[in-house]
Amino acid sequence: MNLRRDVFQAIADPTRRAILLLVASQAMTAGAIAANFDTARPTVSKHLQILTECELLEQEQTGREIYYHLNAKKMKEVSDFLEPFRSMWDERFNKLETIMQKYK
Amino acid sequence: MEQKTKIAAEEGKHDIMITREFDLPVELLFRAHAEPGIIEEWMSNPYATAKVVELEARKLGGYQLESTDAQGKVVFRSHGVIHEFIPNQKITRTFEMENTPFGVQLEVYDFQPLTENTSKLHMHVIYESVAQRDQLLKMPFAQGLNMAHDRIETIAGKLKQ
Repeated sequence: MNLRRDVFQAIADPTRRAILLLVASQAMTAGAIAANFDTARPTVSKHLQILTECELLEQEQTGREIYYHLNAKKMKEVSDFLEPFRSMWDERFNKLETIMQKYK
Repeated sequence: MEQKTKIAAEEGKHDIMITREFDLPVELLFRAHAEPGIIEEWMSNPYATAKVVELEARKLGGYQLESTDAQGKVVFRSHGVIHEFIPNQKITRTFEMENTPFGVQLEVYDFQPLTENTSKLHMHVIYESVAQRDQLLKMPFAQGLNMAHDRIETIAGKLKQ
């Protein structure tokens, strides 16, 4: 199966989660983000690219600098990803309850 | 209706816990998991009809389920074996969806009486890997669900490739 790059793969990586936490408080340049990690600059660039591709980060040009900031809407999608699964079971169990009432 | 079902899925782990309290005596809650006709009734929805092809409800038993769309076409099949079957207390079984990359999951159902007329179900589901768990959680279509059947077919078709 060919898995396309999605938000859930993006947040599976600890470095990328740390990047998201960093930019959650303020927009930062790639250089400022990289300064927080021991990993090589190109590695951080790759992480930023992945996070941008799946829309968790957005780029904003300010003068000559590109700032990365968090896409709050996409982050909400991530936190809500369990909801369809949960509501599926909730609906099923509601039905189970209704059906079994008649056997009482 | 108030949503009473809770799901705990810790990041980076390969299991989940589903818990739910029912306004039913534990005997009726258990019956809903042990009788084919009743299982079919609550597992079906407007888009998919659940059918229990086979069910040997006992230790060392097994089961096969089928889900069909409004046109009677089989959307998916699943099966598993039963490891433990203690009436009104516990069911331990495996679950596998045929022709999908999701692997086998181990399911432990724990039935608890709360009062004479209420009960609680803990469903502990253990997946083969973190990746398979996360993939499945993101695809509630996979176990039956509230989506138009053409959409299910599209996705299921992709999985077979």
